[in-house]
Order: sequence, then C-alpha cells, then structure tokens
Amino acid sequence: MADALGWWGVPLGILAGTLRGSAPFLFVSLGECLTEKSGKINLGLEGTLLTGAMTAYAVSSLLQDKVGSALSPWLGVLAAGCAGMLLGLLHAWLSQQPKVNDIAVGIAMIIFGSGIAFFFGKPFIQPKAPQLPTIDLGAWSSSPAVQSALKISPLFLLGVAIAPLMFWFFKSTRWGLFIRAVGDSPDAALAMGVSITKVRMLCIVAGSFLAGIGGACLSLYYPGLWSESVSSGQGLMAVALVIFARWNPIQCLWASLFFGGAQAVGPALQSVGIDQGRYLFNAAPYVLTLLIMIITCSPKKTLSGAPGALGTIN
Amino acid sequence: MTEVADSLTQNSMVDVHSLVTPPDLEIVNMTKRFGSFTALENVSMRLKPGTFHALLGENGAGKSTLVKCIMGFYTPTSGEVLVNGQVRQIDSPKDAHRYGIGMVYQHFTSVPAMTVAENLVLSRFDSTNVINWKKEYEELSAFMASAPFQVPLDVPIAQLAAGQKQKLEILKQLYLKSKILILDEPTSVLTPGEADEVLGLIREQVTDGKLSVLMISHKFREVTAFVDEITVLRKGKFAGNGKVKDLSISEMAEMMMGEKREPQPVEKFAHGESMPVLQLKDIRANKDNGLEAVCGVNLTVNSGEIVGIAGISGNGQRELVEVLAGQRPATAGQVLVNGEVYSATRKEMFKHRVFVLPEEPLRNACVAHMSVAENLALRTFDRPPQAKGILLIFKAIREMAQSLIGTFKIKTPSPDTPVGNLSGGNVQRTVLARELSADHIKLLIAANPCFGLDFAMVDYIHSQIVEARNRGVAVLLVSEDLDELLKLSDRIIVISGGHFAYESPIDQADFVAIGQSMAGH
Repeated sequence: MADALGWWGVPLGILAGTLRGSAPFLFVSLGECLTEKSGKINLGLEGTLLTGAMTAYAVSSLLQDKVGSALSPWLGVLAAGCAGMLLGLLHAWLSQQPKVNDIAVGIAMIIFGSGIAFFFGKPFIQPKAPQLPTIDLGAWSSSPAVQSALKISPLFLLGVAIAPLMFWFFKSTRWGLFIRAVGDSPDAALAMGVSITKVRMLCIVAGSFLAGIGGACLSLYYPGLWSESVSSGQGLMAVALVIFARWNPIQCLWASLFFGGAQAVGPALQSVGIDQGRYLFNAAPYVLTLLIMIITCSPKKTLSGAPGALGTIN
Repeated sequence: MTEVADSLTQNSMVDVHSLVTPPDLEIVNMTKRFGSFTALENVSMRLKPGTFHALLGENGAGKSTLVKCIMGFYTPTSGEVLVNGQVRQIDSPKDAHRYGIGMVYQHFTSVPAMTVAENLVLSRFDSTNVINWKKEYEELSAFMASAPFQVPLDVPIAQLAAGQKQKLEILKQLYLKSKILILDEPTSVLTPGEADEVLGLIREQVTDGKLSVLMISHKFREVTAFVDEITVLRKGKFAGNGKVKDLSISEMAEMMMGEKREPQPVEKFAHGESMPVLQLKDIRANKDNGLEAVCGVNLTVNSGEIVGIAGISGNGQRELVEVLAGQRPATAGQVLVNGEVYSATRKEMFKHRVFVLPEEPLRNACVAHMSVAENLALRTFDRPPQAKGILLIFKAIREMAQSLIGTFKIKTPSPDTPVGNLSGGNVQRTVLARELSADHIKLLIAANPCFGLDFAMVDYIHSQIVEARNRGVAVLLVSEDLDELLKLSDRIIVISGGHFAYESPIDQADFVAIGQSMAGH
C-alpha cells in the first residue's frame, strides 16, 4: 500500500487518521464545552468515555442475535449515551453539593467510570461485536488505500453537525443564553429566575450523553474493539481541548480535527517506513498542544471566553 | 415562526404591562430570619400607585432584605405581599415580573461576557425560545432611540463603565415594561449630573402616573429633590414613615439613626514640611481590550496632601489605580515613591508604606472565600508577630482580627466567617481596617472608598482619610463623587479620556470648569 502511493501515503494517512480518530475528541469536547459553559467542570468524561465504549460494545455484542447485526450497534450507541447520562447525573448531583469541588469529584468520577467499565467489560474483551456501518466516500477511487481512508463513520458526521448547532444554540436560543448566564454570572441568572442547579444538572447530563457516544465511536468504529486501554487518555485531552478552543463549539471541531490529525502523524510516517523517532512522532499531539498554548497565552489578557463562574465553589 | 413568537410575547405582557397605572403594592408584617439572625421583623409599608417612595436606613437595617423578599429572591419567614389588595405569592423574580414589579439590584446583574443586546433579550420573561437577532436588533435600536438614556448594543458588559452598567440596569426594567421599579442605591456610581438626569427622567415617568418607584437611598439630597414619601428601617424594624415635604433632613436622619446627628465637618491642619511622595512620570496603561486607557499622565502627590482625581467612570481612573496597586502593568512611564522606582511588589509596598483602598473591595482587595481574620492579616501575616520563620501564628492573627473587628465595628458573626458573606459596607470596613490600621502609612491610594455606603460610614471614612492626611500621609483619592472630592481634596484634577484635563488647588477650583472638563470639553 505504501509502495503504491509512495510519499503520498503520509498526507493520506494523516487525513484518514483525522477522519477516524477525531470523533471521540469531538464528542467529548462538545460535551465538556456544554458542561463548562454552565460553569461546571466535568473531568470525569474520561471515565464516561470508557463506560460508553464498554456499554456500546457490550450491547452491540449481546443484542446481535436478537435484533440483527445491522441494528445492534446503533442500540449500542444509544445505550452508551444513556450510560453516560447516568454517570453525568451522579457527577451533577455530587458536584453541586455545598462546599464540594468539581475537580475533585471529576477525578473520582474518572476512577469510578473506568472502574465500572473494566468491571463490566471483562467478558467482552474477547467476543467480536458488530461494528457501525461506514459511509464510503472513496468509492470513486480504484486505490484501496484511498477507499479505506475515506470510510467515514456517520457518528463523525453527526458530531460535525452538532458543533455548529451548538454554536447556534448558545447564540440564538433562550436556553443557550440561560446556560451562558449561569456559567458566567450565577447571581445574574438567579435574578432572572433561572434555577442554577437545574441548568447545570441538565448541561452536565447532556454533556455526558455526548461523551458516552464518543465512547461508542471508539469501540464500534475506530479502533473498533473493547480493551481497557482503548481511550488512552483521549477523554482528558478533550477536556483540555475545550480551553484550547476557547469554549467555542466550532473551534472544538477544528481542535478535534487537529488532535485527531496529530495523532495520526506517527502511524502515517511508520507506514512509509520511517521508524526512527516513532515515539517522538506519537507524542506530536501533546507537543503541538503545548506549543500552541504557549504561543497563544498572554499574561496581559484574561482568557477570553472563559465562563466567569468556572471553578468557583457553590 | 416570528409571528407566533410575537403574539406569545404580547400575550404574556397583556396582564399587567399594558395597564396605564401602576399597581398598588402593600407589604404586611414581613419577617425574615437567617438562622438565628433576624434581618427583618414585622415590617409593613405601602407603595401607592404613581408615587416615588424612598426606603431609608443604615447599613444592615434590612432594606435590601425587604426588597429581596418582595422580589421573591428570598422567601420571607412570615408576612404577605399584596398587589392591588390581593395577597400574592411571589417565589421568584419571574413571579414579581408577572405583577409588574422589577428591580435594579445593588450588585450589577448583567452577565459580563454577553453584549448589551444579549442581556436585554435575556432579561425578558417571555417564551420565545429561538431568537431572531435581526428582528431583535431592529426592536432594540428602536427601544434605545426612545429610551431616556442610551447604551451601545454590541458592547460586552465587561467593557462598560460602572455608570453605563447602572444605566443599563434601569433600561432593562423600562424594556421589561415594569410598572413598579425597585431601585437599590441606583446613583451610587453616577456623577451628580448623571444622577440628577436619571432620577429626573424617572421622576417624570412617575409624575405622569406611568411608574411607581421604591428607591433605597443614602443621599438626602436626592430624597428631598425627587421623592414623595419615605419609609425608614432601623435594625430590621420599622422606624417611621412620612411625606418628604413634611420632614426635615435632620428628622429623617433621626429616624434612621435613632438620635440626631449632623454630618461632621472635616478639619484640616496645615502641615509643616511637604515632600513629594508619589510621582507619576508619563504613565500609560491599556484597558483589558488593549486600547489605551491612560495616555501619559504626570502627577506629584506630596506628603500631607490629598489630591483628588475627578472624572466620569471609564475615563482611565480605574486603570490608573490598578497600575498603582500593582494589578496592571504600565505600558510606559515610571512610578516613583519617595524618589525610588516603585513597581508595587510586596517588598516595596512594605518598605514605602503604601496602602490601597480600591473600588469593589470584595473583588480587588479581599479573598472572598477566606475568613475575615485571614483577610485582615493579608498585609501582615508573613511578618512577626503573626509569623515565625515560615510558620504562621494563628493565635496572633486571630487576636489582631478580633481587636480590629472591635475598633472598626465590622459586623460579622465571627472572625472565621468568609468575608464574601458580609454585607458590602462590612467588606469595606474590613479593607479599611486592614489598610488604615498600620502605623506610619506614607501613601494612601483610595478609589471610590465610599461607594454604596451609608452616610455614617461615609463620614467615618472621610474623617479617617483626613486624619491620615493631617498625620502627613500623601493621599491620592480617585472618586466619581464630586462632592466628596470637593470636601476632602487639597488639589483637584479632572481625568478625561485618559488625560488630565484640569488641575487646580481646591480654593481656586472652578465648579463650571470642572464639570466641562469632566464632560470632555
């Protein structure tokens, strides 16, 4: 494959990796963006991601005989979202108790979510679960490399559609404005008669639903298996990515694509036979993130777009 | 879609808001307890339709509690609110709005990161879920054009000056078509001219019978000029009421304080030797948005002198004070204190004895979640007797706090209460206690030190500042209250658009020229 394409394999590999690998980033970062806009941080989305991946895989695997292997992965996606919502509900309840710090709760939720996933996921490491269908945009090409690169998950397209939708939601709907008000100035929201607890609860639960779906992308699309190391910290990176995207859903989309692409640099170079410094290339996303953070930060300006109530205790 | 939204908007407004006359509001035997503390006890009052009513009282008298109970912000322990003679249950500001009651809170309630337009639309209690921005902008522009004062629509609130924010809060209620307006110290951030303008325009609406107003105020000048009736609270209880035309200022003050008290005139002593303490050399600084706020100012403040800086909020005084307090880097120029370059490090502050009373003390001078005792120790905790090496001596911190709480009469449940839980006046007292209790202050920088305080407290702060001056302290006083500046300053400077536009010794100050320079002419 690499021989046929030569050096063209590198950009193609990165493109393919971007399209495949950015979906979990996208869902988790959109979920976190929604949560943080309401003034709460949910670090536990890493755990939610794993639980979602496990649930989706388990449901898809268990139901394939009953509903057929066409429908069962989709039920898996739905179940992953719902599992995410349950974890979100727990986080929302815990983190809104008086004098409770949401970072601490979030770390507990990472451990809890991964624990749950590992505990219930043990029996599903071996069996094969039906995968989500893909949309083949590469059918026009005769090259099998191009064809496999352009197999796109419908979930990825869904995520791409949610990003502008969420942007519009924050800008032009009453609910969106309420969420921003709650996240930026709870006192002001209270004066408008908005229940802060309810708004945050809904945002955390909805955000966790998205993160759960992100997990389904991992186990039912790419890499398309369930193992305990399937997320490799992508949930946590996605949380950082929201800061990088300045709490803007559209920029979450670009940032997710960027991360997904950066992740593919190492494997793409490997595919053309560059093995030297493999680990260095695999670290590309982290190095790039650090670089961009350093370049864009300024001690003189406050981080624009940060919700004002973020990180304050109830 | 928009038509449906439109008819919905109108339907929800029909009940009260299309009526010409404001409703009659009556409060009967209202009591509010917070735990064991009674903030309000059996208070009754009546706001007649089409009157301008003032609620007077000292800090902590229960005025804010009373109006927050009316608005449904707090649930009263007992008591009733009657609207047009009928008992109404008001559980939230939304309910209050249904009966035509709207409030302008003491703390700004606009969302800082959103624009004026977004805040106005957000404040509306209707059921339009999707916002058509094109249409909203047309309507908002039309509303702004007809409103008594204007605020730009596209600017985020965080970039507005305090005066503009306050105007926006009042505009918000007019936009909501509220019939009863509750104002919590609405003029504390406005220049006297702006205050008269705003209150005058509201007064016109009241005279035309379109509005009733319940205003919490400390300023007798405004009460006598604009108000019909007053109700006075003292320590959470009803202390008297009456028509303004039947009462003298000293009678009103007596109701408030429980005894007669005249505002104390300040006494200044001439000072012997005067040395330059603070020197600014061509200081420049930017606003948060990167535009230049302070455009090269030069200033010298001598020992034993109060230099007053007047100006309408948003003309660079905030940034100037932040530069001096070390909160904002100057982009050019030099600050010299006692002839040495000063960059507001902790070491230099201690060496040169520089103290600051910034505006919004809770934000600029306190750590809200830390206790009163810890906040009182912020200047001294790392030195003996409060520290021994790297260890803190909590007993010393606590003892010092207890003595300061006593001397400065800070009302707090205990020294361990988070300072953010105290009322605005008591937060100010806490900062004052910390900044003024030190020995040998050399330089005091004060910005709007009396913002939102009652007049006993204002007198107290004024006397403290003048006393400091008489001891030989150099004082830079930045204020939006011109009366305060004229009363205290030895020299007055007007800042306008980041430049010093006027400077004069106080005895030669020309009131007309000051006003013109403030307005930028």
